[in-house]
Amino acid sequence: MKTLLIQIPLIIVVIAVVARLFSSRGARAQAIRRIGLLLFAGFAIVSILFPDVWNRIARLVGVGRGTDMVLYALVVAFLSSTVTTYLRFRDLETRYTKLARRLALDEAERDFPRDAGGPAGGSPAGVDGGPRSL
Amino acid sequence: MSTAPHPMDDVWLVVPLYNEGTVIGDVVRHARETFPHIVCVDDGSADNGAQAAMEAGAVVVRHPVNLGQGAALQTGFEYALSVPTMRWVVTFDADGQHQVDDVLAMLEKGRAENLDVVFGSRFLDDRTKPSLAKKLVLRLAVGYTNLTTKTRLTDAHNGLRVISRGVVERIDLTQNRMAHASELVAQIGDMKVSYGESPVHILYTDYSRSKGQSLWNAVNILAELILR
Repeated sequence: MKTLLIQIPLIIVVIAVVARLFSSRGARAQAIRRIGLLLFAGFAIVSILFPDVWNRIARLVGVGRGTDMVLYALVVAFLSSTVTTYLRFRDLETRYTKLARRLALDEAERDFPRDAGGPAGGSPAGVDGGPRSL
Repeated sequence: MSTAPHPMDDVWLVVPLYNEGTVIGDVVRHARETFPHIVCVDDGSADNGAQAAMEAGAVVVRHPVNLGQGAALQTGFEYALSVPTMRWVVTFDADGQHQVDDVLAMLEKGRAENLDVVFGSRFLDDRTKPSLAKKLVLRLAVGYTNLTTKTRLTDAHNGLRVISRGVVERIDLTQNRMAHASELVAQIGDMKVSYGESPVHILYTDYSRSKGQSLWNAVNILAELILR
């Protein structure tokens, strides 16, 4: 019954983080991530200076020990970091794909000159075949 | 033959090519008996497939690295769009499981009924005989696609499609890997264009079975779609 108290906010935070990262990828999401990182670092320093702070938070939300609390926080942090990395990879992949495609199309234009209609010259209708175009 | 344009002069076959060197030459040669224009998009194959396709008379666009079948299709579309006389694009598999006769029927249907897109479907007649497990996965895929897109299809993951120029211009596939089939259907559904389905016969040869996507891929497709 006691742990239920922590389960609810944790699940909400997990869903919120994921939804947040999925819904916007612009400057705002990046800013939020950076603020989050700052808070994280600040809190890390506080918890180094006052180790008992985790125990107090843990008791406040109904978790037995501070170490469990740290573990839960880590799970959330790890998850959000995974999602962020995934999205960043997707963006990178999109750019990389466009670059490779441009390269491939330019090369094809060079290797297969348009007016030939094909490498074997199989089609006789390359040039004037399309009065209907546009 | 030198004055009248070929009846299929406005049709371009787009064939994504990845390590199909053993069969692509025959596939292209056979298809070229009917369709003069074929563009093979070599997706960073390690074999001599690109050379074989070229010798068989196809235009070959080479990805410098492997990007995935969806990316290869999009590249093929963009190449075909650079040809002003192109009116129809046909997506066609490199492994020889698609039939030229089915393409002819699909084009005829598209032209006669003035459709923008004709999807091939394995389930409109009983010529195609997929395994029971494959059938189940395909049915699930169709259910999911019909649920999430504005289309009603009987076979969502069929690689054989006839697409008119106007629609090809508006397609932008971003799913590089397997989920592109669903993405394509979703984008066409959003365009509110006219589409139809035509029965096709998929030849499950030993070769295509050994190359074909395993059922595990259904999980990957779903993950790629959700994490879009």
